[in-house]
Amino acid sequence: MNGKRPIVELRNICKSYQRGNQNIPVLNDITFDIIEGEFLALMGPSGSGKSTLLNLIAGIDKADSGVINVAGIDIAALSEMELAGWRAANVGFIFQFYNLIPVLTAFENVELPLLLSGLSKKEKKSHVETALRIVNLSDRLEHYPGELSGGQQQRVAIARAIVTDPAIIVADEPTGDLDRVSAEEILGLMDRLVHELGKTIIMVTHDPRAAGKAHFIKHLDKGVLNAGPQADF
Amino acid sequence: MQVLKLIFKNAFRHRLRTFLTIAGISIAILAFGLLRTVVDAWYAGVEASAANRLVSRNAISLIFPLPLSYKEKIRQVDGVTVVSYGNWFGGIYIDEKNFFPNFAVEPKSYLELYPEYVFQPDQLAALLRDRKGFAAGRKLADKYKWKPGDTVILKGTIFPGEWEFVLRGIYKGRTKSVDETQFFFHWDYLNETLKKTIAARADQVGFYMIGVKNPNIASNVTAAIDKTFKNSLAETLTETEKAFQMSFISMSEAIVIAIQLVSFVVIIIIMAVMANTMAMSARERIGEYAVFKTLGFGGMYIAVLVFGESLFISATGCVIGTILTFPAAKAFGNEMSQFFPIFNVSVNTIYLDVAAAFVIGITAAIIPTYRAVSIRIADGLRRIG
Repeated sequence: MNGKRPIVELRNICKSYQRGNQNIPVLNDITFDIIEGEFLALMGPSGSGKSTLLNLIAGIDKADSGVINVAGIDIAALSEMELAGWRAANVGFIFQFYNLIPVLTAFENVELPLLLSGLSKKEKKSHVETALRIVNLSDRLEHYPGELSGGQQQRVAIARAIVTDPAIIVADEPTGDLDRVSAEEILGLMDRLVHELGKTIIMVTHDPRAAGKAHFIKHLDKGVLNAGPQADF
Repeated sequence: MQVLKLIFKNAFRHRLRTFLTIAGISIAILAFGLLRTVVDAWYAGVEASAANRLVSRNAISLIFPLPLSYKEKIRQVDGVTVVSYGNWFGGIYIDEKNFFPNFAVEPKSYLELYPEYVFQPDQLAALLRDRKGFAAGRKLADKYKWKPGDTVILKGTIFPGEWEFVLRGIYKGRTKSVDETQFFFHWDYLNETLKKTIAARADQVGFYMIGVKNPNIASNVTAAIDKTFKNSLAETLTETEKAFQMSFISMSEAIVIAIQLVSFVVIIIIMAVMANTMAMSARERIGEYAVFKTLGFGGMYIAVLVFGESLFISATGCVIGTILTFPAAKAFGNEMSQFFPIFNVSVNTIYLDVAAAFVIGITAAIIPTYRAVSIRIADGLRRIG
């Protein structure tokens, strides 16, 4: 801890899925905090529930029980519509397969989250250009995803994640589809987001090298949290 | 603005599929428009009928004549302004395939009843003056390249012999809905000839055309005329011109209904094709819709994307199909002019085209939109990769 307050508080989170008549528990009594400005890696074998936990923190899925407090808001209490608005303002998303819209340019992809912001056209342009400058893609504004490499696409996705200046950034296997060099670039960029911009990042990964960039690593196994080794902070 | 751009770009992601779908819709709209125009053409005579014109014929059947002497009695009925009369001549020009309607009428009163036939004054005067003269509609004269002064011979079928006429007037329709393929000549010419050849058939007419003061009294006048000739040797059946024309349509009503059904079946088929296109597109983009939802966009935004794309494709097909309908209808109308003298694409048909395209666009998007909007984000994101 460095004296900062927790930005994410998870208390007794349980989540299960219904498959036919079968109830499959995915997360069992998860409790922990994430401090503002922290870079946390969630690791665990496939099916351990790490992506589900990430989805719950990001407000794209709902827990069966427990409390999820993000930046002072109990997101479990929000309706679907309120959650959508909350996500737009507070969460930046980075996906394994970038999930850019192929028919929009890099600029337009990054601009997407701002369409819900009520900013003027000029303000949006300024935000988008800043975000793309941070990820070193100022020269690729008009390029379509298909014209960019995997690493560049992921950098566009990161620009899209930070353009609204969200409270937290969630990343699901952000280097899972990249070669080693591109993966290093992305991890370096995420590191910069934490150290230079003070962003809080929660990253799901299988890759120990990626997890090594995080300040903390938490291990999930069969829906139960095991305290993992702490990285240098 | 970006929504419109996205809709447009989405629509052309699979260009071949989109072009084929647009082509399909265009052809369906074209077929629908042509079939609706055929139906309109079927009813053209009814539509061109005036509410203040009545037709009186033999109550037994149209093929039985009425005495010429009824003319004065009909004229005396309250509310009657003009009485004209005529016979279906049924003559053949050179060959049977050259069919066009031809009548023997009393031209002065007939043209008083049909002001929609517009003549040049000198041609009208010549027509009224020359007992062997005949009038032809512009389309008919153009088709056979007749000019005023030309002699035309019709071979009689109902009235045997070769009948020689001189073209004295070419009329134009006051509106597009006026039949310009008619041929009519002096009833007196027919009657005088019959007196010499088949005297028993002289002084008899096939029908009376009657003008009334105003349409509101038409039913009283029809009743009064029929009452006048009740229990005579030739009782009359009088009805409005519209009802008279409808009696011909009703004989072929089953065909008209079949054409109408086919026109709607065409739309239903293309609706299924369009729905398939939209279902494929939405299924391929389900991950993107999940991304939109992740970023905070609501179901309405996604619905606008899917409906917008569907409506854009159907509207494009509609515009192309509607534009093509006009030359196609012109070509079809020229080829079929002897069956459909009036073959115009009506404003109503255009409205129906637009409505059909709108229904296609909306219907095709309903299920894909429901799926896109209702999918859980986590499930949608899982489809990527």
